[in-house]
Amino acid sequence: MKANMQIALLAALCLGLALVPLSGSTYLVYLATQILIFILFATSLNLLVGYGGLISFGHAAFFAIGGYSNAILLTTYGVPVLLALPGAMVVTAILSAIIGFFCVRLTAYYFSMLTLAFGQLVWAVAFKWRAVTGGDDGFLRVAVPEWLATPSSFYLFSLLVVALAVAVLWVVAHSPLGRTMMAIRENETRAGFLGVNTRLVQLITFTIAGTFAGLAGGLFSMFNRSLFPNSAWWLQSAEVLIMVVLGGIGSFFGPMVGALALILLNRLTLQLTEYWPALLAIILIVTLFFFPNGIAGLFGSRPAPGLRDERGEKSDA
Amino acid sequence: MFGAIQFLNGLSYGLSLFLVAAGLSIIFGVLRVLNFAHGGFYMLGGYVAYEVVRRIGMEHGLFWVAVIVAGVVLALVAAGIERFMLRQLYNRDQIYQLLFTFALVLLIGDVVRIFWSTTALSVSFPPELRGAQNLGFTIYPRYRLFLCVVGVVAAVGLWLLFQRTRWGRIIRAATQDREMLSSLGVNVPMVYLAVFAGGGALAGISGALAAPALALRGGMDAEIIVECFIVVIIGGLGSLWGAFIGALLIGQLRAIGITFVPEWEIVLIYLLMIVVLVFRPWGLFGKKQAGS
Repeated sequence: MKANMQIALLAALCLGLALVPLSGSTYLVYLATQILIFILFATSLNLLVGYGGLISFGHAAFFAIGGYSNAILLTTYGVPVLLALPGAMVVTAILSAIIGFFCVRLTAYYFSMLTLAFGQLVWAVAFKWRAVTGGDDGFLRVAVPEWLATPSSFYLFSLLVVALAVAVLWVVAHSPLGRTMMAIRENETRAGFLGVNTRLVQLITFTIAGTFAGLAGGLFSMFNRSLFPNSAWWLQSAEVLIMVVLGGIGSFFGPMVGALALILLNRLTLQLTEYWPALLAIILIVTLFFFPNGIAGLFGSRPAPGLRDERGEKSDA
Repeated sequence: MFGAIQFLNGLSYGLSLFLVAAGLSIIFGVLRVLNFAHGGFYMLGGYVAYEVVRRIGMEHGLFWVAVIVAGVVLALVAAGIERFMLRQLYNRDQIYQLLFTFALVLLIGDVVRIFWSTTALSVSFPPELRGAQNLGFTIYPRYRLFLCVVGVVAAVGLWLLFQRTRWGRIIRAATQDREMLSSLGVNVPMVYLAVFAGGGALAGISGALAAPALALRGGMDAEIIVECFIVVIIGGLGSLWGAFIGALLIGQLRAIGITFVPEWEIVLIYLLMIVVLVFRPWGLFGKKQAGS
């Protein structure tokens, strides 16, 4: 698809989505808000996994950091939301740069292990730092400003924020920086020979991805009006990774479809089974074995060539 | 005051951790698959042992039957997973293998929830190892001393297996060059199957042995796998010696942390990991990776 064609489609989609509150169904508005937030979350991870080739198992850490930062700024310090949300992004950016600094020093499997370990560290801190985060009782009664108090107003606000954020991520993915990320994913050594500071580019990718996950988390803290340490737990990281894979790794819009599909499925099965993780596992296994290119692959979008290589040759070459 | 008791606590914890991390490291060394489900295998081993003990009791050495059953069950589970599923993913990008083993974690977690609910369960100490032993300088629980012995025996046993037997030679060769090994007439898929099953058995036995020392509950799979990851990040993936030293270091740090900064001991472990990462990103005993 041509780039400006994609933009036009996306703009039309946003306009269409702005009409959702006219349906008059609070449930629909609520569901649509949740989907929007997870679309941003999944798209931010896709920048890292799909474009950067860095498989993070701890992306929820940044979602939680952004969520808690936003909740604390709003509630504990009474900061207005238009400052609290960017503030939460700054906090997440700083922490993801610090964590990223250590993670991008490692390649392949080590990167995955380390992101998971740091994710669990963030969970442990949220769990134990009772005075600030509320511990396992959760951070309750997040002070949502009055102009965002109704489901419709919050939905429209989320739509605006998510649309802007996704647009920024699109620009990043299609910028020279995005191309450089892909070059490093394809062949780190060769990219290095061309004069690219591979580690710095990976760190920037990691930080951008983390920051936008933080923004999604910030929105989520207001949407949910509370936040629990579980938002940093590895299951949450896995869920968003599954959204990316289900939608199609490396396709820019695939993970959005993945987020939509997984949330709808969760809603539909909520009454039927309490074993969501097992169901998630089965969806994941079926996707891995039978639809390796995800939903996007079904519609002819092919994954990035590096993802089809024989293992080992890509990272070691 | 950090004394003999704390040191022994750290030692027994570290040596038990080695048992789990060794399986993870060996599987990675041969199959080049990072098995996220290793923590799930460990947890399942604990629950299988609990179930056997609940049914047949643990007097007259029956606890050891439970431990062996846990090992056998997990070896079979692992073998089935390797033979029928994992094998098909070897030629795919690593993300598919990672996600597959992650799916196993979710599945095993829910299997445990279905059969044993989410309440914490405990297994009592086997009768022959109840009570405490006078060591001259201190008195220490027998079961924890036993865990230390098991850890050391396992380390020596694995070393002998790898360095002194035909099987060990084949496994070491498989980590080096599987095409060459295959050309020499070795059934490489069989080696993979055996190694994955063996790693599963190690995790199952570790879980069964850990059951009396700590409560069985959901989430223990996440805790153990994170600690195993830290062990192999510190020690170097695929290095048995690295896993041994890494596990001992973490055991001691945990003991120190529990004494001086209770509740936050985990932070010390992360600090150790960060220090190692800054100075030796490939681990204390790992090989420097190409391109890094």
